[in-house]
Amino acid sequence: MSNKEQIAIDVRGAVKRYGDFTALKKISLSIMDNEFFTLLGPSGCGKTTLLRMIAGFEDVTEGAIFLYGDEIENLPPYERPVNTVFQNYALFPHMTILDNVAFGLEMRGASKADARTRAGEMLELVQLSQFSARKPSQLSGGQQQRVALARALAPKPKVLLLDEPLSALDLKLRKAMQLELKHLQRETGITFIFVTHDQEEALTMSDRIAVMSAGEMQQLGSPTDIYERPRNMFVADFIGETNLLEVSVDNIAEGRAVCHLGGGHELTCNEVEGIGVGSKVHLSIRPERLFMSDEPAEGESLKGRVKENIFVGTDITTIVDLADGPDFIVRTSNSDRGNKRIFEPGTEMYVNMELGAARLLVD
Amino acid sequence: MAAGAASGGSATTDTYKEARTWLLLPAWVTLTILTLAPVGMMLIYSFLTKEFRGGVIWEFSLAAYDQFFFDRGLFGDDPAKIEWTYILIFWRSIWQAGAATILSLVIGFPTAYFIATRPESQRPIWVFLITIPYWVNLLIRTVSMKFLLRDNGPFNDFLLSIGLIDSPITIVNTNFAVQLGLFYSYLPFMVLPIYAAVERYNFSLSEAAADLYATKWVALRRILLPAVKPGVIAGCILVFVPSMGSFLAPDLLGGAKNFMIGSLIEEQFKGNAGNWPFGAAASMILLTMVLILLMAYARQQAKAENAEG
Repeated sequence: MSNKEQIAIDVRGAVKRYGDFTALKKISLSIMDNEFFTLLGPSGCGKTTLLRMIAGFEDVTEGAIFLYGDEIENLPPYERPVNTVFQNYALFPHMTILDNVAFGLEMRGASKADARTRAGEMLELVQLSQFSARKPSQLSGGQQQRVALARALAPKPKVLLLDEPLSALDLKLRKAMQLELKHLQRETGITFIFVTHDQEEALTMSDRIAVMSAGEMQQLGSPTDIYERPRNMFVADFIGETNLLEVSVDNIAEGRAVCHLGGGHELTCNEVEGIGVGSKVHLSIRPERLFMSDEPAEGESLKGRVKENIFVGTDITTIVDLADGPDFIVRTSNSDRGNKRIFEPGTEMYVNMELGAARLLVD
Repeated sequence: MAAGAASGGSATTDTYKEARTWLLLPAWVTLTILTLAPVGMMLIYSFLTKEFRGGVIWEFSLAAYDQFFFDRGLFGDDPAKIEWTYILIFWRSIWQAGAATILSLVIGFPTAYFIATRPESQRPIWVFLITIPYWVNLLIRTVSMKFLLRDNGPFNDFLLSIGLIDSPITIVNTNFAVQLGLFYSYLPFMVLPIYAAVERYNFSLSEAAADLYATKWVALRRILLPAVKPGVIAGCILVFVPSMGSFLAPDLLGGAKNFMIGSLIEEQFKGNAGNWPFGAAASMILLTMVLILLMAYARQQAKAENAEG
């Protein structure tokens, strides 16, 4: 079954309308077998709607969904071999932890004894065996989360759907659970579809990410793709921190575009298809790709004055005021302080970068 | 007042205490004068001697209870035999009230579920609609029901006209008519608590059940029902208990053959022919029975919870 090229979930032209409102505008995407796939976007972007359509809780207005080649969009949820980890866990309050985990197995025809044995093994996997006789209300949020995970994994689904499962946990626990989930996915070999609005979480865990906004897919790619090569302004702005600058393209030659920033500043970056000379577009530069110096670099360089330094633990964020131009954010890692200089506020300096650090965006 | 309590000394504390006493007064009045006192009076009356024109003679007597359980012949000097008449009436009351409760549950549960699953803005309208018939006096409703259901009434006419039956079915003066009357009298008491419970129910639990391969029916039985059980039980108690002691529906719809405990008690206090101590004793026996049933249920519930926890 673990054929790398096999498509686990194939969404073909899926549309979801509620009356006049269109929640999903013709989404098509293929999620591969054994993949950790993330639907990422702000609230209301349609990511949860898409997940619920795969689970069977929402009708598909138009289009089709295939699960390992079988068309499933008209099947009720209880006939789809996928399981869900719900945002609020949705554990059955009147059942013990063990019975919660055994429920799906029992429904699939396992005897009560078999179901409980399997459920016990699942609880061992998430290290909650000692709580099997308790009720959900007697467990902490993190523990309930792991029960929900065990319950959804117990019937060995073909695809596991996770609807913002970590959003209710505190930061530390969330980080630990991110790793645990990633390991669990590798161990079980089950395809995970993960919904989140947290871009950092998505970057950490996913094999591939679909960035969504306003019912449309903005970009589909690996975490590196999406972070390094955002396709449009929404993706660049939503993923990570970035300097978004309005520029006009002055000249294009040999694959390089010369952009005018205003205030006499100029930057050269790689040409992007669809952007011609004279267009007014946006340019994105990640703050960690910049470094500060007394002297202009051979590559790209902008003159400015330090406005403020902000200490954020692992990094120092410097706000730079370009002469007659926009403000810039420069991030210097604390571990890099030997190589990179931090200037006092008010100091005149240069913001330098490699060619290619700046990226033109299709709006 | 909070600021006063923070800054002031014992004076404010005293004022606060005094206010609390006064504010609690309505609760105490309700509990003592309106609840415990009448029951206490009833208890005392049941142990007094009857006065023939109604009322009581203040003399201790067990005659009322004796009359309920034992038959000592016309002149009261035969050897005591068990008196079945009243026990039978009692048994019939339980049976009739039970049937009415089940009927209310079967109709009331889907109704409550329906209302609770409407969009939030529509729910108050549905609840309002459920209660509208109850603005009409119970007596009028019950009499109307008798007219609707009698042999040549509109209900039979309708069934005859559509050809479902060839001759009128007799409903009035049967057990079923009484059950129907009780059901209609107390239906909102079933619908409202169940509605409140279903409205509070987290429907993502049903989604989780469906996700874990439970069909709709199984999800209802194994997940929804246990979650709304307190509402269902409250509804059953609220219908069963008043049905037990009801006398309007049995009197008007049941006729003489389908006498229930409520009518028996009613007769003892009506006009000059009554027997107050006997009526009081029957009331006390009814009260005791209901209490025993409720306590047995509560105990069984506590046991079940302990066994699970």
